[in-house]
Amino acid sequence: MTMVEAIRSTLHNEMAREERMIMLGQDIGLNGGVFRATDGLQAEFGAHRVVDTPLAEAVIVGTSVGLAAAGMIPVPEIQFSPFAWQAWHQIAGQVARLRQRSQGRHGMPITIRMPFGGGVRAPELHQESIVAQFANVPGLKIVCPASAADARGLLASSIRDPDPVIFLEPLRGYRMIKGDVPDGDHLVPLGVASLVVPGNDVVVITWSAQVEVARKAAALVAAETGATIAVLDLRCLVPLDVAAIAAIVDQCGRAVVVDEGPLTSSFAAEVIATIQEECFYSLEAPVARVTGYDTPFPTGLLEDGFVPDVDRVARALRRTLDARP
Amino acid sequence: MTVVESSAVDLSSWPPERLRQMLFDMVQARRNSERFFALQRQGRAGTSAPITGQEATVVGAAHALDPTTDWIVPQYREQVALARFGEEVLATHCLYNRGHPAGSAYPEHVRVFPAQISLAAQIPQALGLAWGMQLRKEQGVAAVFFGDGSSSEGDFYEAGNFAGVLKAPLIMVLVNNQWAISTPTSKQTAAATFADKAKAFGIPGIRVDGNDVIAVHDVVAEARTRALAGNGPTLIEAFTFRMGYHTTADDPSRYVPEDQAREWAERDPIPRFTARLTNAALWSEADSTEALRRADETFDRLFAAAEANSPMPDAFFNHVFANPPQRLLDQRHAFNEGREQ
Repeated sequence: MTMVEAIRSTLHNEMAREERMIMLGQDIGLNGGVFRATDGLQAEFGAHRVVDTPLAEAVIVGTSVGLAAAGMIPVPEIQFSPFAWQAWHQIAGQVARLRQRSQGRHGMPITIRMPFGGGVRAPELHQESIVAQFANVPGLKIVCPASAADARGLLASSIRDPDPVIFLEPLRGYRMIKGDVPDGDHLVPLGVASLVVPGNDVVVITWSAQVEVARKAAALVAAETGATIAVLDLRCLVPLDVAAIAAIVDQCGRAVVVDEGPLTSSFAAEVIATIQEECFYSLEAPVARVTGYDTPFPTGLLEDGFVPDVDRVARALRRTLDARP
Repeated sequence: MTVVESSAVDLSSWPPERLRQMLFDMVQARRNSERFFALQRQGRAGTSAPITGQEATVVGAAHALDPTTDWIVPQYREQVALARFGEEVLATHCLYNRGHPAGSAYPEHVRVFPAQISLAAQIPQALGLAWGMQLRKEQGVAAVFFGDGSSSEGDFYEAGNFAGVLKAPLIMVLVNNQWAISTPTSKQTAAATFADKAKAFGIPGIRVDGNDVIAVHDVVAEARTRALAGNGPTLIEAFTFRMGYHTTADDPSRYVPEDQAREWAERDPIPRFTARLTNAALWSEADSTEALRRADETFDRLFAAAEANSPMPDAFFNHVFANPPQRLLDQRHAFNEGREQ
């Protein structure tokens, strides 16, 4: 099953399971979403539950706040992640704070879905790795599946979670990422990382579409060097599975963190700060990071140079394996 | 757009107690603002936004709503005037002005949404509440308050537009007090009136004398009837004047022309409604004295309770999440360990 089909079928299952759930967004109904992630759902559940909204991100998220306060379970879609800027004040200033401001009365069980990351040569402001920004907003959970099975398990958990979730769907993985998906009620708990490749010499820590890049780079460098190279898929940035990061870094002593966003204040920086707090005395080499650059996300002809690829991750792995005090 | 200049209704059709209650609520609202102002100067309360001059708009609207079925989604100035929705509103607002984390935590049965500081952000939220009630087939409306300044924000247009599409049971009360801190309405819009903006939403727009409590009540009641009948939202521009300070941190003498302030002092909604009820033999000077005494008594009691309510130093960790991440629990633990040392 492809990633997008896993998402579509999970949305279907959750809609069937929870009558208070309502989906809203641009072109999600009649058109089934620009990536077909909601295909056929309006026909099945009705236009009052799968709602085509006006082209207005702030009102998509802002009405979700009120819908949640009225007892609904809103699952809004932001068509492309950079469009979230137009809802930023509702996400960061409102959704993330209302539970606390009301001392628990107005929980915000809202799952805001959006495609995430680059790599498909979409027009400008259609693809970007907006994640450090969300991670710096207390009150949001950030979920970023890398496999079709996790897309199902994490999406179902997100929708059922009482807290607001930013659910980041890997844009270039919608159809490229395929895999077996457990039938029916498959839940993956939020905040539990997955060691997708075991290893002892160095670990690549990443999330979303970069997990596949990391696997390939790990296989390449392992074949070259004979090292065993682990890959840790964080799955969620909030809650962050600190214990899993510490365990694998303590075991390997060397780590590379891969993040599609710009370098400065990247989420990779947070992971690395955590590693030096938790694993300083186990480290045998500086922790490397492979990220985008401190530039706006480039236009289509240049984007391959910006988004971390197998070659850049492989180089970082070799450098980290070779490092000696 | 419809203009409701002033209520011409014969007050004899009204239950006298309701009329007296509305005047009492207006007197109390102004008194609450004065009390918060004085407490701010004494360092016992934080910055607050007085309602002075706008009491008729808020009280008139609140009395047209049913506190058991309808939601009020306020901005930050209305809370002192929402006695209609229960004494708990003022009790909670005392905590708010003390800087207490529960200052927007109204009890479960009080259908008042937390105060809004990010201007106009409450309008899409109120629309969501109204839409949610519509979907859940609950008979109720959401009434949202915002100002002439807030109407320049994108959220106003996005929400008004979508509200028209949804035919949601929403009442948008645009409180035109003519000043957004120091910015006059002429710098907010070139539109002849704010009510005109309803035309772009495809919904009724009504301009009402916001200093006439009966007129405000009636247009809100009519909007409510229309909403409950499934005929959608209404934009009501309540034309009033902020007679006092924007907040305790403001000095309006720097920008409000003296003649404008004088002119509107003559249209002060409280003396105006007092005279009306006095002429109808429903109010006396003794009632005014008694109203102030009762307002003070209530305020003293609620503010004393708020002052006695000190949050734990680590309370800012509460309610960030329903299920807090371990990382946050660890931070709280470290914070408390640091305090104990």
